[in-house]
Amino acid sequence: MSPTLAAALEGAAKIAFVWACVLGAVLPNLIWVERRMAGLIQDRPGPNRVGPFGLFQAVADILKLLMKEDVVPMYADRLLHTVAPLILLVPAMTTFAVIPFGSTIHLFGRDISLVVADVNIGILYVFALTSVGIYGLVLAGWASNNKFALLGGLRSSAQVISYELAMGIAAISVFLAAGSLRLQRVVEYQASGTFLGFLPLWNCFPQAIGCLIFIVSAFAETNRVPFDLPEAEAELVAGYHTEYSAFRFGMFFMAEYLNLIAASAMMATLYFGGWSLPYLHLTGIFGSLASIAVFAAKTGFFIFLFVWVRWTLPRFRFDQLMNLGWKVFLPLSLLNLLWTGALVLWGVI
Amino acid sequence: MTAPFFFWFFAAIVVFGAVGVVAMRQPVHSALFLLLSFFGVAALFITLNAEFLAAVQVLVYAGGIMVLFLFTIMLVNIRRTAGQPYVHRQAGAALLVAFFLLAVVGGTIVASSRTSGLADAPADPAKLSTTTISRMMTETVDGKTVKTPVTEQVAGNSQAVAWGLYRDYLLPFEVASVFLLVAMIGAVVLGKRTMEHVD
Repeated sequence: MSPTLAAALEGAAKIAFVWACVLGAVLPNLIWVERRMAGLIQDRPGPNRVGPFGLFQAVADILKLLMKEDVVPMYADRLLHTVAPLILLVPAMTTFAVIPFGSTIHLFGRDISLVVADVNIGILYVFALTSVGIYGLVLAGWASNNKFALLGGLRSSAQVISYELAMGIAAISVFLAAGSLRLQRVVEYQASGTFLGFLPLWNCFPQAIGCLIFIVSAFAETNRVPFDLPEAEAELVAGYHTEYSAFRFGMFFMAEYLNLIAASAMMATLYFGGWSLPYLHLTGIFGSLASIAVFAAKTGFFIFLFVWVRWTLPRFRFDQLMNLGWKVFLPLSLLNLLWTGALVLWGVI
Repeated sequence: MTAPFFFWFFAAIVVFGAVGVVAMRQPVHSALFLLLSFFGVAALFITLNAEFLAAVQVLVYAGGIMVLFLFTIMLVNIRRTAGQPYVHRQAGAALLVAFFLLAVVGGTIVASSRTSGLADAPADPAKLSTTTISRMMTETVDGKTVKTPVTEQVAGNSQAVAWGLYRDYLLPFEVASVFLLVAMIGAVVLGKRTMEHVD
């Protein structure tokens, strides 16, 4: 088999694996987890009728959305109203390409790095894609020709731009420590030693502030509670997706969940050692399989955190949101950068 | 040979987008065509193996600047332009300026490609995956400043860009950022309706 063909097959297999996991396993279960968790936290059973423990609720939800009528408002910008959910969904689906989901596995006489595309711009790719996804929200809001939708779109653009900055600067500190933008390298760096002699070299320890900023900003970037102002139902009906129905509405939800999964995976990768375990270096084929499980467990924890916070905290006010982003997070993230730079300079990390 | 095909394909997208910006009546549509043009430029960067520049192009122009454009366009609610004539009175003058600009830019490209052989740049991507940068290294030997040409291999183009900005062209880079700061402060001051509230 020629090397080009082998590389192509390897790439295709990895893409199939990642999408099968994300779209086939995590996404439907996430819908179920979110609704059951809501029930648990609000002291009610939650959906428990479709299948055992209501496990097939997601299937029922999706089927319902597929069969509803797709309404386009009369005075909407028809083309943009139609493509806006796609603009949001496509970047959300392609973010996973650069996230390493395991160490290197030795199969069929090849060393296969468990990441779809280990490009040397790593996180910049993720940031670039998320900043494109925002057009989906803005255009959905504008094209609907509805004042609530427009306000939702405007809010989301202001919010995402504000928090992207602090998030980006927090991420810069990570690459300063790892010395590379390549995400596989970032994970290998965190697996490579200890911090202060006893803690694992996970970035969440030396860069605790950066880690906190990244996590909170991720909530704002994914429009989740407590920062879900673009779709604040008490003020804006449903915000940017007020005029959407049927599966186009479903696409907005799918994109939100995909972004949530991607953000969780990024938190695990950048700050919590990705697929690596502290103090242990697992080798061999079982070590590689274990690394996938470790990565899944860490990502799963952050997904759980997103759901937990959603049903626990109230929503911010818009001026509070802007103050937090610009007056607190931006200076703090710069401080974190300075601190990390000093640690690198002194050779502590 | 796929490189020329991709170049022409993305170049066509850039030009198509640029024409769309001035041809559309609805300002939001114009902004979206500008976005398309930006993506074309990013794709051209990728065909040149400059992924870093491509990512920054999308991140800064598409993700930052254009979102703010859209934000402003949606907020100010520009009046309908449906009844306006398609060709403006200043069309003749604009054409003249455009031709002059084309002549200057085109002339420069032709002249420089003749002297430095830019037109026959290597099309082999394998050669470009590590960026070779040439620079003049300035050293002080026995009180005299000696300049020696150095060629270095850099692992990725993010490093190459960093070396260019923060070492070789540090002063121009810092001066440019001070200018930007001045412009920003100026905009804030002009944006204030009354000066009494400025402390």
